[in-house]
Amino acid sequence: MTKEEIIKKLTTIVKPYVQNEEGFKNISEETDFINDLEINSANLVDIILDVEDEFDIEIDNDAMEKMLSVKATVAIIQEKMNA
Amino acid sequence: MKSSEIIKLLPYQKPFLFVDEISDVSENGIIGNYTFQQNEFFYEGHFKENPITPGVILTETMAQIGVVCLGIFLLKNEISSAKKPQIALTSNEVDFFLPVLPKEKVTVISTKEYFRFNKLKCSVKMMNSKNELVCRGSISGMIIAK
Repeated sequence: MTKEEIIKKLTTIVKPYVQNEEGFKNISEETDFINDLEINSANLVDIILDVEDEFDIEIDNDAMEKMLSVKATVAIIQEKMNA
Repeated sequence: MKSSEIIKLLPYQKPFLFVDEISDVSENGIIGNYTFQQNEFFYEGHFKENPITPGVILTETMAQIGVVCLGIFLLKNEISSAKKPQIALTSNEVDFFLPVLPKEKVTVISTKEYFRFNKLKCSVKMMNSKNELVCRGSISGMIIAK
């Protein structure tokens, strides 16, 4: 799966939890879930669980703590899918 | 972990403690009950001369027993005198079916959907003493020992 395909799927997953619509319109690799999209910590957990289902991977605590931006999340997804 | 130990660790007190007893608890769920007293503070205003337990209080009772007490049990190995449970309600969706009047005893039955990354999501229902469904829904919270 290419990086672009992963970002596209991730964007769909993130959408229902976004508070800042302006931030979502400008979503890019640099987007930070908490600062740019104003997603709360409980919904961040929902995103992680959706990512697990969508990409058929398992996220552990160490990986979860890093998944705060699109870029970091894509990197973790790629790493786990190739593991 | 005993029922009384769980209740002692709750961060609530009267008049906002809605747990009398935990009758069953496991990694997968919890059952507990509370009896609404005649003189609960909210009956004076809800409603005028017609005391009925507010839906928010029923939701709170379901959250205290079904999510917070269960969360404390699930975190039992991390909780100590120095690390107390810290909680926050994050979402709830509840449907109501029957009113609850003063002096009624209700039983809350909660089933864990998941507990991951400190978020506990439960499917919760409340029954009255005739074993009729009072309300049911889904409640989530974040809980950590800190």
